[in-house]
Amino acid sequence: MKKIINDPATVVADSLRGMAAAHADLLRIEYDPDHIVRADAPVRDTVAVISGGGSGHEPLHGGFVGKGMLHAAVPGPVFTSPTPDAVQAAVSATTGPSGALLIVKNYTGDVLNFETAAELASADELDVRSVIIDDDVAVADSTFTAGRRGVGGTVLLEKITGAAAERGDSLDAVEALARKVIGQVRSIGVALSAPTVPHVGEPSFELADDEVEFGIGIHGEPGRERIKTGPADELVARMIDAVVEDLPFADGDDVLLFSNSMGGTPLVELYLAHGIAERLLAERGIRVVRRLVGPYVTSLEMQGMSVTLLRMDDELTELWDAPVNTPALRWGL
Amino acid sequence: MGCGAREVADLLRAGAATIAEHRAELIDLDRPIGDSDHGENLNRGFTAVVSTLDTAVPETPGGVLKIAATTLISKVGGAAGPLYGTAFLRAATALGDRAELDAEAVFTALRAGLRGVVARGKAVVGDATMVDALSPAVDAAEAAVGDGIAAVLAAAADAADKGADSTVPLVARKGRASYLGERGVGHLDPGARSTALLLRAFAEAAR
Repeated sequence: MKKIINDPATVVADSLRGMAAAHADLLRIEYDPDHIVRADAPVRDTVAVISGGGSGHEPLHGGFVGKGMLHAAVPGPVFTSPTPDAVQAAVSATTGPSGALLIVKNYTGDVLNFETAAELASADELDVRSVIIDDDVAVADSTFTAGRRGVGGTVLLEKITGAAAERGDSLDAVEALARKVIGQVRSIGVALSAPTVPHVGEPSFELADDEVEFGIGIHGEPGRERIKTGPADELVARMIDAVVEDLPFADGDDVLLFSNSMGGTPLVELYLAHGIAERLLAERGIRVVRRLVGPYVTSLEMQGMSVTLLRMDDELTELWDAPVNTPALRWGL
Repeated sequence: MGCGAREVADLLRAGAATIAEHRAELIDLDRPIGDSDHGENLNRGFTAVVSTLDTAVPETPGGVLKIAATTLISKVGGAAGPLYGTAFLRAATALGDRAELDAEAVFTALRAGLRGVVARGKAVVGDATMVDALSPAVDAAEAAVGDGIAAVLAAAADAADKGADSTVPLVARKGRASYLGERGVGHLDPGARSTALLLRAFAEAAR
């Protein structure tokens, strides 16, 4: 393992110190328990939108803290959910009478820790609600499993609910909007190589040179099947098919297409894949009205990408276009 | 043997030593089916438990377990933090403020811990989780109550070992391994293994 680190045990805190230095105008970072809040926090007159999860997915979530998006983010250790006291600290730092919405990705650890945090917060008489995002079509949605994972759709959810909070929507309205987004966003990911977690020092799985893991999550956990590599046309078609057929997205739908690099795939390949995805969607009569292309939900240095589709309407488009000023997303200023 | 707060703290120290010793093994068990964090997270949590107990040991066994619970919840993260934390918290609550434990009390604490894990994680036997180790351990502990604390813990550890091994052929239905479906078959569940390791450490320390 070669990484630019000093000690695997201090990777997250060391990284947060650099992030604080890089983005002091947008956010500030509190340590032990670690949480990242907007530079102008607390913004007590609006609903606080708070997200969190394991580190190693940067810019998710801390990179989305700022005006128009998240009020706070709670980074756990690498690939490990944050603990309830850290979530509670983020809630305390940002939440007032308007309440807070916690955005939780559907992983057992995240759900359990955020659930416990919400219980602690309600003991403080704060109105704290949670939504669980589960947009990954690779996983069978069954009562006999932990259910679908939360992946790329999380960024879109954070942007749209953050914009709604910024314009002054009530907690009821922001929560309802979040559930609407979760209902119409779907993703699939592929991996060409495995990530190496700093405290482990070895890749999370082995892939032969001619193999792709199809339906990967964002933690280096294997996907559902392993397929042979082929041209990008074939791989992207397979991804688009999986996503489109799930909701399903239909001829005449307006969508946001999010092509995401898992960290190790360069933009030249990502743009290439995005172009194919646009063409395949056009062939199906699905109109791409907004796009996001880049590394936004990563899995350390894993090579691979994910495709996310969100069905759009006028309200979602307006909220997507609303000004945002964060380290990783910035427009409309 | 008398079993007061100091002895319970010693059991936890033994558990922490075992987790440290098996940290890499737990990471390796987690690697193919999860996200490789189980050994690292538990080691971080139990190391913190020991350093808290080194500062001050509460007066009652329940107080000791409560410290373990809150420390694990605030240091471990992942799924293991809330699950082990809830187990120790429920065990602490079940013991109340009694100063000395007998075999019956140890069994009661184990049973309360199991109920806490089931309530928090909603898993049942056969889902390939720590419940597969803990549930048979509690049954075996109950059967050994007449034979004293050491026998209760030994019976629990033996049953937990067998229970953990029983997860190998299972399709996981809870936790991250459940995403794998049939591909998860053939793996020993890391949570079941860590449960068995802890109970074995407690049993050895109580002999």
